Amino acid sequence: MISARSGATVNNETVLSITEALYSQIVAHARKDHPDEACGVIAGPVGSDRPERFIPMENAERSPTFYRFDSAEQLRVWREMDVRDEEPVVIYHSHTATEAYPSRTDISYASEPDAHYVLVSTRDPDTAEFRSFRILDGEVTEEEVGII
Amino acid sequence: MAIEVRIPTILRTYTDGAKAVEGTGTTLDQLFKDLETRHPGLEARLIDDGALRRFVNVYLNDEDVRFLDGLSTAVKDGDAVTILPAVAGGAGRARTASFS
Repeated sequence: MISARSGATVNNETVLSITEALYSQIVAHARKDHPDEACGVIAGPVGSDRPERFIPMENAERSPTFYRFDSAEQLRVWREMDVRDEEPVVIYHSHTATEAYPSRTDISYASEPDAHYVLVSTRDPDTAEFRSFRILDGEVTEEEVGII
Repeated sequence: MAIEVRIPTILRTYTDGAKAVEGTGTTLDQLFKDLETRHPGLEARLIDDGALRRFVNVYLNDEDVRFLDGLSTAVKDGDAVTILPAVAGGAGRARTASFS
């Protein structure tokens, strides 16, 4: 079955600007947790759209096909961001055997409208796929990733 | 009797953008019904078929109410209830290169 989704046009309106260091940290986390899905957040100042603070999260599902933030850890992290005037600029997770594209599950649970949803695929041991998306009201739009 | 309820970004459409609202009640269930009177539609985002939605986290002060009494959890004046949509997802059932 051909997935029509993989051919989606990348939009030119939004872009994820991310440093090389943060990019590498995300990929390293995904590789480290493989074959389980890895997940986490990069926080940045509210309204800045700048990912700055890398926050790897525990995958409470500990599964090769699902992830979920541990609820107590999520509360701590969200409270800390609130105190620091930050918001989740990037929410990332990895797919370990499939493409770096949001699944139906990813789309239905996406609940941070302003976040960049980063998908990393670790299905290939040598090359990590790294793509970024906006997910709003059930609609996925891919965006460019700009390494700064 | 006032209980502060912190509202996540995605539900602020029901609160005119407010990050926190106040409500009353002696249980979480009553509190949500009270909020519904001023913020119609909010309750349905939290409760499905009489139970807390699976992918919505509700905390009473520091504890996930799943580990307390769910919707029957007792609440009182001065408590803070925090609502956070669960962050979850995943590839789901892996596609297999087989007859199925």
